[in-house]
Amino acid sequence: MGRVAVKEERCKGCGYCLEVCKEGNLYLDSTRRNRSGYSVATFSEDKVCSGCALCAEICPDVALEVYR
Amino acid sequence: MSIAAKKRVFASPASLTDNKFHFCPGCHHGLVHRLAAETIDYYDLSSKAIGVIGVGCGVFLYDYLAIDCCESPHGRAPAVATGIKRSNPDSFVVTYQGDGDLAAIGTSEIIHAANRQESITIIFVNNSVYGMTGGQMAPTTLPGQKTTTTPAGRQPVGDGYPINVAELISTLKGTAFAARVACHSHTHIRTARKAMRRAFQAQIEKRGLGLIELLSACPTNWRMTPQQSVRRLEAEMINTFPLGTYKDF
Repeated sequence: MGRVAVKEERCKGCGYCLEVCKEGNLYLDSTRRNRSGYSVATFSEDKVCSGCALCAEICPDVALEVYR
Repeated sequence: MSIAAKKRVFASPASLTDNKFHFCPGCHHGLVHRLAAETIDYYDLSSKAIGVIGVGCGVFLYDYLAIDCCESPHGRAPAVATGIKRSNPDSFVVTYQGDGDLAAIGTSEIIHAANRQESITIIFVNNSVYGMTGGQMAPTTLPGQKTTTTPAGRQPVGDGYPINVAELISTLKGTAFAARVACHSHTHIRTARKAMRRAFQAQIEKRGLGLIELLSACPTNWRMTPQQSVRRLEAEMINTFPLGTYKDF
């Protein structure tokens, strides 16, 4: 089972990772913002992640690390 | 299972520093920086790579890549890179330029650097607009595209047609590699990674100039959300700028 670690201060909330995640494991948490004021991508713990790393591949801010 | 017990399958490349990118949300410059860093790591070039940066949003490359860098005047990166490569033949010289830099004020420099068969690598980011200066029309702006200097849309009669740089450079005998790739999907990013390696390989094997053109999104100056901008890239830009390898050694 995979796992995604979000470097929250690097994330700008563009949402590219949300679109490529087939399992829907990532979401933008509108209740939290980083120091730059962006809603950040958040990894949902309660769904199955295959660790395909497409989210990290498409992230333009190198904000995601994937573990499997 | 805790994260410490898992194997890391995707991480930031070693040649990329920890500095946070200054780019706007959804901008593909950061992705191109990462691909460049990955390729530098792949060929183990970090100790001898010298980056030459044009003027544009990519101008702070020296903050993000852990290699020596040199700033050049607007459009003159291939000329500065020529000097660095000729005086340090063992170095690996890569320029990082946008379309306002390479395809406008620097057209002369890139054409003659390619024609002289300089062993340098050119990373050319094409987002069809002048990004840093506020969204003016670039030579790569699409017909009908609204910019701050073409508020009614670019009119080919009077404003000109988009310049297809990869095809143009591929016609020169000194060019070893010229390809155009896109950054908007993971499949295109994988193709871009392969093309980036070939552009580096051209210099490593001293075959001549290697150029990779990357179509990228500029949500801020296109006045779009990141999602709208990648859809525009796919639907409109690729029609005008066909993807492919135009010269491979």
